[in-house]
Amino acid sequence: MIHIVDYGAGNLFSVKNALDYLHIENKITANPADLAEADGIILPGVGAFRDAMTMLNGSGFTEEIKKQAAAGKPLLGICLGMQMLFEKGYEFGESDGLGLIPGCVQLIDGGGLKIPHMGWNDLTVLHDCALSADVADGDYVYFVHSYRAETSDEYISCYATYNEKIPGLVFRGNVYGAQFHPEKSGQVGMQILKNFAKLVTT
Amino acid sequence: MLAKRIIPCLDVRDGKVVKGVNFVGIKEVGDPVQCAIEYDRQGADEITFLDITATHEGRSTMIDVVRNTAKNVFVPLTVGGGIRTVDDFRELLRAGADKISVNSAAVRNPQLISEAADKFGSQCVVVAIDARRKAEGGFTVVVNGGRIDMQMDAIEWAKECERRGAGEILLTSMDTDGCKQGFDLELTDAISKVVNIPVIASGGCGTLDHFSEVFEKTGADAALAASLFHFKELTVQQVKEHLRMHNIPVRK
Repeated sequence: MIHIVDYGAGNLFSVKNALDYLHIENKITANPADLAEADGIILPGVGAFRDAMTMLNGSGFTEEIKKQAAAGKPLLGICLGMQMLFEKGYEFGESDGLGLIPGCVQLIDGGGLKIPHMGWNDLTVLHDCALSADVADGDYVYFVHSYRAETSDEYISCYATYNEKIPGLVFRGNVYGAQFHPEKSGQVGMQILKNFAKLVTT
Repeated sequence: MLAKRIIPCLDVRDGKVVKGVNFVGIKEVGDPVQCAIEYDRQGADEITFLDITATHEGRSTMIDVVRNTAKNVFVPLTVGGGIRTVDDFRELLRAGADKISVNSAAVRNPQLISEAADKFGSQCVVVAIDARRKAEGGFTVVVNGGRIDMQMDAIEWAKECERRGAGEILLTSMDTDGCKQGFDLELTDAISKVVNIPVIASGGCGTLDHFSEVFEKTGADAALAASLFHFKELTVQQVKEHLRMHNIPVRK
């Protein structure tokens, strides 16, 4: 059973709709203690880094997510949820993230391109990971964001190019993050969610 | 590279897809959820519902349509038509819409754009602008299907929408809409030059070349069409193949 973390900031229902459609067992969880029962965890997020971390801390999820990730449970952060996996964010001042993947979250340097980076962008596969199975160079996924992760290449599975390199799919051990919205990315996004579900059940 | 988007639009009344035929009336032509699924299958990058219902009962039917579509279609979903308040935004976003488009309510109360952007984020606030050419040059903003001229400069209004936090502009030319002679390139280019948010061109496409033209000759980020796709004159797939041949980046 995948638990979708409900800490007050997230597009929970679109993630739930996608998992339901794929017949992947899931539930929305508002109680941190319940994560002990989860086989996998999805951390969604929409909004600003600082506000979302404040809500995650306030709801008591921060320590529990770290604990479950350390125990080896598959974790997938989506959009802002992916950004929160990193050590620090710089949206509205510096704030601490979950620190599960080395790196920080900075404003995109669009170099004259429109910010937010919104729409379908193609991916380049840098390193294969469990979630990138059946994802190929040139596959398009749907992004909506103004900030991006700054991290070492070793943690980047796929990236998009938008003036600069935008980490799209990141990973470190059992921790995964998607900057784009797999739940809004058509077939490619559905494949990524299926790949995550495979980790959870095997 | 960011792909140019192709967006089919469905006009919905009382939970059914409708389309005006020869100005004689409105003809029901199908279930919006099934139509959205079909467009998704064809490769639509986004789906737009325009709710043309006037009644209160129709509104709640629309919420059900959005909810059912969101359970079956996994590309962004935009809903417009009759949205007046921040509560209307909330209700549709909760039902599964990703973006909400506002038109006359925003013209009459621009504060709605700022409030919705503050509450839900710019990414879900689309301002629909209906513009018409003025005899003396330039473009004016019209509402109520072109019946009321608001005496506002369309270019200035687009800038104000961006300043207030709109995430996107859905731009319809009332001069070209329904004529199938091509998008209004001059209007589309003028607006996309002055704002730094995506502009969706709408109104007037009738052929494949009209799609490549709007992307080659203007700064449009997306193109929207209703009847062309609805009456199966073209499929989204055909449009994308055509754009690909013109080296315009589109999603596979």
